[in-house]
Amino acid sequence: MTRRMKKSEAPYGKRLVRMVVNGRPVEAAFEPHKTLLEVLREDLALTGTKHGCELGECGTCAVLVDGRPVLSCLALGLECDGRRVETVEGMAGGSGLHPLQKAFAELGAAQCGYCTPGFLLTARALLEERPRPSRDEIREALAGNLCRCTGYVKIFEAVELAAAWMRGEDAAPRRESIYGMDFDESGLLPLHPSPPGGGRGRGEGGA
Amino acid sequence: MKKTRVVGRPYAKVDAAAKVTGQTRFADDVVLPRMLHCKLLRSRLAHARIVRIDASKARALPGVAAVATGAELPIPFGILPVSQDEHVLAVDRVRFVGDPVAAVAAVDEDTAAEALAAIDVEYEPLPPVGTMEEGLAPAEPPIHDSGDAGNIHKLVAMEFGDTAEGFARADRVYEDLFFYEGSTHLPLEQHAAVADFGPDGKLTVWSSTQTPHYVHRALAKVLEMAPPKIRVIATPNGGGFGGKSDPFAHEIVVAHLSRATGRPVKICLTREEVFYCHRGRHPTLMKVRTGVKRDGAVTAMHFQTLLDGGGYGSYGVASTYYTGALQTVTYKIPAYRFDGARVFTNKPPCGPKRGHGTPQPRFALEAQLDKIACDLSLDPAEMRKAQLQPADSLTANFLRIGSMGLGACIDKVVAASGWKKRRGRLPGGRGLGLACSSYLCGAGLPIYWNAMPQSGVQLKLDRGGGVTVFCGSTDIGQGSDTILAAIVAEVLGIDPFDIRVVTGDTDLTPVDLGSYSSRVTLMTGNAAIQAAERAREMLVAAAAAKLGIPEERVGLAAGRVFDVAEPGKGMAFPEAVVLAESRFGTLGTVGSYAPPPSAGRYRGAGVGPSPAYSYSAAVVEVEVDPDTGIFTVPKVWIAHDVGKCINPVLVMGQVEGSVYMGLGEAMMEEMAYRTDANRNVVHKFPSLLEYKSPTTKEMPEVETFLVEDPDRNGPFGAKEVGQGPLLPIPPAVANAVYDAVGVRIDEIPVTPEKIHRALQAKAKAPDRPARYGPAKFPAVPYPEPIHVPTPAEGGDGRAADAALTGAGGVR
Repeated sequence: MTRRMKKSEAPYGKRLVRMVVNGRPVEAAFEPHKTLLEVLREDLALTGTKHGCELGECGTCAVLVDGRPVLSCLALGLECDGRRVETVEGMAGGSGLHPLQKAFAELGAAQCGYCTPGFLLTARALLEERPRPSRDEIREALAGNLCRCTGYVKIFEAVELAAAWMRGEDAAPRRESIYGMDFDESGLLPLHPSPPGGGRGRGEGGA
Repeated sequence: MKKTRVVGRPYAKVDAAAKVTGQTRFADDVVLPRMLHCKLLRSRLAHARIVRIDASKARALPGVAAVATGAELPIPFGILPVSQDEHVLAVDRVRFVGDPVAAVAAVDEDTAAEALAAIDVEYEPLPPVGTMEEGLAPAEPPIHDSGDAGNIHKLVAMEFGDTAEGFARADRVYEDLFFYEGSTHLPLEQHAAVADFGPDGKLTVWSSTQTPHYVHRALAKVLEMAPPKIRVIATPNGGGFGGKSDPFAHEIVVAHLSRATGRPVKICLTREEVFYCHRGRHPTLMKVRTGVKRDGAVTAMHFQTLLDGGGYGSYGVASTYYTGALQTVTYKIPAYRFDGARVFTNKPPCGPKRGHGTPQPRFALEAQLDKIACDLSLDPAEMRKAQLQPADSLTANFLRIGSMGLGACIDKVVAASGWKKRRGRLPGGRGLGLACSSYLCGAGLPIYWNAMPQSGVQLKLDRGGGVTVFCGSTDIGQGSDTILAAIVAEVLGIDPFDIRVVTGDTDLTPVDLGSYSSRVTLMTGNAAIQAAERAREMLVAAAAAKLGIPEERVGLAAGRVFDVAEPGKGMAFPEAVVLAESRFGTLGTVGSYAPPPSAGRYRGAGVGPSPAYSYSAAVVEVEVDPDTGIFTVPKVWIAHDVGKCINPVLVMGQVEGSVYMGLGEAMMEEMAYRTDANRNVVHKFPSLLEYKSPTTKEMPEVETFLVEDPDRNGPFGAKEVGQGPLLPIPPAVANAVYDAVGVRIDEIPVTPEKIHRALQAKAKAPDRPARYGPAKFPAVPYPEPIHVPTPAEGGDGRAADAALTGAGGVR
């Protein structure tokens, strides 16, 4: 429940803050008690950043401030004056999804998708620092982000796959990640009837 | 089973791109012009009468648009027709710390919170009931007047076959007590809802709900509005796990406040409030008496449960039956008796959490079987395999089993974990434990009695070749939208990513009862097949005429409609749609699904039947520090019989997620309470930091096997996967701890403290079996059971005593 100062007691009016959000300079005027999370969602309409507790406990609201993961529910918007803020909305570039986004999509690392933006940005900071992280380094880097759907397994695998892609490797999801062990695929027909019918279906593997 | 082209492929989810770019619109992302913000005043007392509420000061505050109290909404509601015991805002009584008392709509959240502080409530405290033992004692006043006796909400007793005879012919009879602590769903998304009562007198509610249809019904009832005037849109849920499957006070109150103010109203619960909403796992005490022959064959079982229900009914009557329903579907139990009881206590209400009422008895059953196997010097895996309930059979309590892949599941995890060589032989505090389980693929009966389908699908084909699937199901992250697209794509031979899926909207989509009881893939899948087959028939007829070939020679695949004898001859899918529309008019089809009737016809037979049952087996490895009891789980092997994978990568995700959630319950998660100075029962730690759940660092390596034993009732043979794989994990952890350090932890969670205590007891008295767990089972006034002759005894599904025979389900 809210334990904030009463609005009528607020000593200041709105403050004007300038920051670079997803590479673009923005100005926003907001009350000084507002968190970066609230500024992003309410003042800048960047609702891709989610919240799970607003107490710094779950990692859901993580964004990058000057390249470092920050829990936006614990940072004041005012503190970000003059800083570079990156949110999930800024991850995909002109060439499409960021490799992390693509890997999360292909491996089902985003189930409900609610914790996903926080994981993506935290993982991005990791990969920028360590292009070839070990599984334990991934666990360590993501230990502050909670996910209730995936059991983290697909997230680890997606970070590893994206890291390989970002290193320029021609990587694909491991078979066991997709089908489990010893899976019998004999029940599948080829996507295209044979001889090829000239349809426009997608590839034979993941999407 | 028929071979498939799209079904069975590991496609990304149809909504994956939106989810990884942050563009999925969750309930709290809905923003409307002129929108007000709502906050709820919640009780700080566990049990009290409301003497007086004065909201005049709050109403007078600038920025406050409306304040609502219980008197405005006197009609009760609840998910089960038999438990209409909740009020949107307390009318005269509060029943747990967190019970909603008043609501404010204001220009922003801060103003609304300020107004809450200005509401004056005078309470007359009543003695709170803190534990289920206290709940068994006579109480004046009881928490509700609707229970079976005092604070006992529900009492159930049934016997299938002659258990006395079964125990008499047993070589050994084992009796054990177990306790399974409550835990909560903890979806990362806090519940949120937005209501917009329009000038046309129509209401729209967006909510993070798993069950828009039931929310629709509750809104109509409490607000006294005609159902056609209400539209409920289930936004994609940021996790559900059963925690968003009741209609909630906050969903109704925003609708009420929107009607009162003529403005849209939003509420987003705080994390603390999500803990109060709860409806999670019932804390359950269990007494299990099992008779066996020397080879481990069960001769009779008597299972007793006592559930701590919290302050309201919720799904509790069904939960109570579920603690006794599914024991029979894994191993042969020729005679079975079940006594169940649920008590009201002054705590947040319990309800359905992943596995709904079955993880507790499954833990007890599988832990006891492990003890029995060890006592009889049998391999726990072999003993189970020798007793499997056969495929295509009826259990003693008249559950109809279709496909049954548990044997294959056991084989997979036994081989992969090195069970035969490693169990009992691992050095240094390491050990292996095995457990099995089964779960429903949808409840056989709907929550409110009706003869209509449980799932409906409509399909629209437009002349550009576009296909839209409409279905009332709700995607809570499990991928139900993707399953619909894959199934329609398979039947129509098109790309699933070209299909538009519209779900969870009571105005636009036909009813699907919701995302609970693992019903969605099976029920919406079958409805989708029917709708798609009907569309396919029209496309085939039109294309056959055009191609001048018989209809049976028309094939649909890869976006084409063609002659299977000469695949080059044919047309693109949109062209076939144009031909079909030219011939038949506007193209739209429907499909629906209702489960087969259940075989049981005794009172209580409504809980347990399902069109199909999934099966799982797991081996868990633990490493225990014998000095401290601190333990880790380095690895889990799990095999799950899913019937058929509609999409294997999504099945993998459900299995891994279930293992994770099962480990959370097994190792650390607890809805724990303390009593404050005023004897209030208060949640110990309603926060994500202090309610411990596994992080990336606790999650072990998981080796998964997907076993496909197709079921005739499943779409393409598919069965459920969302809940079943959680079930074997807690007992497998406890069994592994025994293998590691020789102590039985008969309680979930298994914590270092409990292991340490059991090890200390073992050191003191090495010749006695060392355990930590409940010491006694209280006297519960279970009634005389109804007696139902089993199928083997020639029973027809009815109770023997006609006077006690009810005509079906739990109503």
